[in-house]
Amino acid sequence: MQWEVVIGLETHAQLNTVTKIFSGAATAYGAEPNTQACAVDLALPGVLPVFNRAAAEKAVRFGLAVGARINRKSVFERKNYFYPDLPKGYQTTQLELPIVAEGGTLRIQVPSTGSGQAYEKDIRITRAHMEEDAGKSLHEDFHGMTGIDLNRAGTPLVEIVTEPDMRSSTEAVAYAKMLHSLVRWIGICDGNMQEGSFRCDANVSVRIKGTDTLGTRCEIKNLNSFKFLEKAIEYEVRRQIELIEDGGRVVQETRLYDPDRDETRSMRSKEEANDYRYFPDPDLLPLVVSDAYIEEIRSALPELPQAKRERFINEYSLPPYDAGVLTSARELADYFEATLRSLLSKGVGILTTPEYPSAEIFAAKITANWVINDLSSALNNASLEIVDSPISSAQLAGLLKRIQDSTISGKIAKEVFAAMWNGEGEADAVIEAKGLKQVSDSGAIEKIIDEIIAANPGQLAEYRSGKDKLFGFFVGQAMKASKGKANPAQLNEILKQKLAG
Amino acid sequence: MLNASLKELSALLAGKKISSFELTQTFLKRINELNPALNAFITVDAEKSLAQARAADERIAAGQADLLTGIPFAQKDIFCAQDWLSTCGSKMLANFSAPYDAHVIEQFNRAGAVNLGKTNMDEFAMGSSNETSFFGKVKNPWDVSRVPGGSSGGSAAAVAARLCPAATGTDTGGSIRQPAALVGITGLKPTYGTVSRYGMIAFASSLDQAGPMARSAEDCALMMNVMAGFDSRDSTSLEREKEDYTRDLNQPLKGLRIGLPKEYFAEGLAADVAKAVEAALSEYRKLGAETVDISLPNTRLSIPVYYVLAPAEASSNLARYDGVRYGYRAPEYGDLTDMYQKSRAQGFGPEVKRRIMIGTYVLSAGYYDAYYIQAQKLRRLIAQDFETAFKQCDVIMGPTAPTTAFKLGEKSDDPVSMYLSDIYTIAVNLAGLPGMSVPCGFGDNGLPVGLQIVGNYFAEAKMLNVAHQYQLATDWHQRMPLLHGEG
Amino acid sequence: MSLTLDDVKRIAHLARIEVGESEAQAYLAQLSSIFGLVEEMQAVDTSGIEPMAHAQDVVLRLREDVVSEPNRREACQAVAPQVEAGLYLVPKVIE
Repeated sequence: MQWEVVIGLETHAQLNTVTKIFSGAATAYGAEPNTQACAVDLALPGVLPVFNRAAAEKAVRFGLAVGARINRKSVFERKNYFYPDLPKGYQTTQLELPIVAEGGTLRIQVPSTGSGQAYEKDIRITRAHMEEDAGKSLHEDFHGMTGIDLNRAGTPLVEIVTEPDMRSSTEAVAYAKMLHSLVRWIGICDGNMQEGSFRCDANVSVRIKGTDTLGTRCEIKNLNSFKFLEKAIEYEVRRQIELIEDGGRVVQETRLYDPDRDETRSMRSKEEANDYRYFPDPDLLPLVVSDAYIEEIRSALPELPQAKRERFINEYSLPPYDAGVLTSARELADYFEATLRSLLSKGVGILTTPEYPSAEIFAAKITANWVINDLSSALNNASLEIVDSPISSAQLAGLLKRIQDSTISGKIAKEVFAAMWNGEGEADAVIEAKGLKQVSDSGAIEKIIDEIIAANPGQLAEYRSGKDKLFGFFVGQAMKASKGKANPAQLNEILKQKLAG
Repeated sequence: MLNASLKELSALLAGKKISSFELTQTFLKRINELNPALNAFITVDAEKSLAQARAADERIAAGQADLLTGIPFAQKDIFCAQDWLSTCGSKMLANFSAPYDAHVIEQFNRAGAVNLGKTNMDEFAMGSSNETSFFGKVKNPWDVSRVPGGSSGGSAAAVAARLCPAATGTDTGGSIRQPAALVGITGLKPTYGTVSRYGMIAFASSLDQAGPMARSAEDCALMMNVMAGFDSRDSTSLEREKEDYTRDLNQPLKGLRIGLPKEYFAEGLAADVAKAVEAALSEYRKLGAETVDISLPNTRLSIPVYYVLAPAEASSNLARYDGVRYGYRAPEYGDLTDMYQKSRAQGFGPEVKRRIMIGTYVLSAGYYDAYYIQAQKLRRLIAQDFETAFKQCDVIMGPTAPTTAFKLGEKSDDPVSMYLSDIYTIAVNLAGLPGMSVPCGFGDNGLPVGLQIVGNYFAEAKMLNVAHQYQLATDWHQRMPLLHGEG
Repeated sequence: MSLTLDDVKRIAHLARIEVGESEAQAYLAQLSSIFGLVEEMQAVDTSGIEPMAHAQDVVLRLREDVVSEPNRREACQAVAPQVEAGLYLVPKVIE
C-alpha cells in the first residue's frame, strides 16, 4: 500500500520587541526568575493590559512579506484554561479576526534527496495571529514541587499557520527553514531556536495515496530544532502507518517528541476535554489598522528573499542553488552584493566567453563561489556569523580582483585568503609580502617548461606517442617548479606548444 | 461637622478652623463607636489615616491645598491601595495587599485626601444586598435588620451613618445606585470609560465603573473632579478633556425634558416607592421641567442579558485566583488540579461560585452562540432603546429600585428574586450610560427611596445639575438615621 | 434546555471549583432556575444585529515599546503562598 503524508505547521515566532505585548516589562532573555514579570504579567488583581504597538507593526510586516491580506480590524480574545505558567487563567490571543488573514504563501526550495530531484513548492499560509507567550515550568526538584518563572509570560508571539500542504518531513523542514530565514530577514524575530524564539508544532496525518480526505491528525508540540522537526515527523509517520496497518486507528491528540528516545508520546495533561471558552477580551478594544499604516510598513519592507533570489538568477545568471544559498539570510545576501559592487567598481575587463557573456556575470559567479565556499566554510569553522567576518566585503573584492586580473591563481588565492583571515592585511599587501605574484612573463615560464621537458625524456616520448593524459603530469611539474605562481592559462598554452615539439 | 458638606469642610480646613488631623479623628472615633453595629468597614487603620491627615495639614499650612485636601474619604475595598489590605470582600484576598495603588486611590492621594478605611462590599462586587461578603453582612443604618443594598453597601452605610463625609463605590449592574437608594444617599455611576479601572479589582470588565457616593450631588461633583480622567493604563479609559463637573450645578431647570419610561412604572414597583418617585416628579415640574412618556421596550431583557454577560466576563476575570502567586491556597491538597479546585472552592463564597459556574457554562462549547452572542446582540438593542429615548428627552427618571430595603436574609436563598431587584439599574450599565440615585423620600417603613436619573453619554454635569437643583428645593438628602449607641 | 448533574460537574471542573455530590445537587437547582430566567432571551429575533462587546465604539490605543516596569519581584512575591529561589512553587506539573 502506498501512503501519503500530510503535514501542516503552526509556528510560534517570538516578536523581538523590547517589552511585553500587554505590559511595559522587558522581554530580554536570561534574566533572573520573575524579575521581568510585572503586576500585569503576574495577573495581580485589578491590573489591565495595554497593547504594544511594535507587536502590531511586526505582525503586519510578516503578513505583507508573505502577501497575505491584513485585517483592518482584528480582535483579541481570551482562551481560558488553567495552567500554572498562565497567570491570568486565560491566554490573550486572536481567533475569529486575526491580524494576518488568508492569502499568504511561502515558496520553499526542497533539496534533492537520495531518490528525488530538488524542486520548488508554494506553501499556503492560512493565517497569522498575535498572542502572548506563557511562562516556564521548571521541573528541577523543589521538594517534589514545580517552580514557575513568569519572565517569558506576555512575550509577544506571532503564530503562523499553514494549510496542510507539505508531503514529507523534507518539505516540512524546507518550509521551517524558509520561514525562519524570512522572520529574521524582515527583522521581526531573532530566530534563536535554543532560546525558544522560534518553535514549531507539526500536524501530521497519513492517508492512502490517491485519496482526498485527510486522515486523523496528531499534533506534535514544541519542536525547537529543524532536526527534531524532521525526526519527530518521521517517527510519527511510521507510528501512524504501523498502527493503521495493524488494524488500529489514529486518535486525534497532542503529542510530545522525546529526542533522547527519538519517539513521540501522548501528552496526557492536554488531553482532558479542552473547552477553551473563547470570547472577545473586554479589557481590550478592537485593533484597527488603516490603509496608510499598512502602506507605510509595506514601503519600509526590504527586498524579500524570494525577489532577491529571482533577481540574482536573472540579473547575474547565478545558478538557482547559488542564489538560494546567498538569499538564505539577509546579511549574507548583502555581503555578496557589497563584494560584487566593490569588485565591479575596480573594473573587471571585458573577458567574455559563452559561459560568461559579460564581465558582470563573471564577477558575480566568482564572488558567489568565494562567498558560498571559502568564506562560508571559514565562518562556519570559526562559528562566526557573516556580520562578524574578519574579511570585509571590500577586502574580499580586493582578493577577487587579483584573481580576475591574473595577478594570482585561484590556488594561490586560497593562501592569500587564509592570510587575510588571520589579519595579515589587504590582498595586495599579502601578495607583495609573500611574493605570491603570478608569473606571467612568457620567457620565465618557457624556461621552467624547458627544464621540465629536459628532465623527463621518457614521459615526453610517451606523450608524443599519444599518451595525452601525461599533459597533466607536465602541468603539475611546471606548477610545482614555479611554486604555484605560473599563470595557468599561459603555462598551458606554452606547454602545449613545446610538447608538440 | 458630621453634616457638613465637602465644600464646608474644605472651607473649615482652609480657614484653619479645624485640622485634618482633628477631622479624621472625629470620624475614626465615630467608626469606632458605630461600625460594630453596621459592619461597614473591613479595614480601619487609624495610624495610616492620621499620618495622611498630618501630611494634609502640612500641605494646607504650606498653602498648597486643593479643594479636597485633608478631607477623609472611605474607599470601597475593591480598590487596591498600597500598604492597605485589599480584600474585595473575599476570603480569597483576605490577606492580600497590592504593591500598587488603583488610579482612583492615586487621584485621591494626589488631591491630598485622607483614606479613612476600606469599606465592606459584596464579595467581588457580586450581590445586591451586601450579604455575600466574607467579612459579614453590612446593616442598613435606617434599620439594622435590613440590607443596605449592594455591592457598595459598606460605602453606602458609612456615608448614611456619617461614618465618613463621602465614599467611593463601583457599579456593574447598580452597585452604586441601588445601595445609595436603600440608605438615602446620592450616588453616581459615570459613563463607562470616564474613571479608570486600573487597580480596581475586576468583576465584569465591560460593565464595571467607579463613582462617588456622597450625601449630595454637589459633593458627588467635587469627587468626580478628582476621580475622572484619562489613564493610559486602562485601554478602555476614554481620552477626553478634563471637565469641571460643578460647572452647571446652578443652571435652572426650566424647559428640562424628563423622560418617564413606562416600563419603570409597571408591575413589580412597590406602591410606596412609586408614590415617593411621583412626588419627586411633581417637584421637578414645579422647578420648570416637563415630563415626557417614553418607552424602553427591552428593559425586561436586561436582566437575562446581564446575567449572561457579567458572569461570563467574571468567570474569566476570576480565573487568576488560583492559589499560585497570591491569595488563598488551601492548606491541604493532592495534585495541582486538586490544589486549584480546593483553593477556589474554599476561597470563594457561594454567590461568586454560582456566577463563575453560570459564566463558564454560557461560554462553553455549544452554548456560546445561544447565550453569549445572543446576549451581546440584545445588549445592542437595549443601548438602542436609550438612543431613541434621548431624542425625546434630556434625562430619564424613575425609581432606582423596585422596593425599599428588604430584610437581611429575605432573598439570600433565592438568587433569582435577588437578581430581579436590579431591574431598573442594569440596562444603564449595558448601554454604558451614566446613572444616579438621589434620595426622594421615605416608604411605608420609614425607609429611604431613591430617584434614578439617567443621562446620555457624558451628561454627568447635566445630571448633577438636575440633582442639585432638586436638593436645593428638598431636604431628603439631609435626613440622617438615628443610630443606637449615639449620644 | 435543562441542565443535568453531569453538566454541573463538568462546569465545576472547567472552572476548577471542587463540588461535592450534595453541593452539585444544590447548584443544579439554583442554576436551573437562573437559566429559566435567561431563557427569555431566546424568544427575541436578533438576526442582523451586530453583537455589542463594548459600551463605546472606540478602538485600541497603542503603547510605545519602551520599558516602563522595573523589577519588583520582592514586593510582588511578598504576598505569594510559596516561593523559593525567586520561583513560585506549585504541586508537580506533569506534561
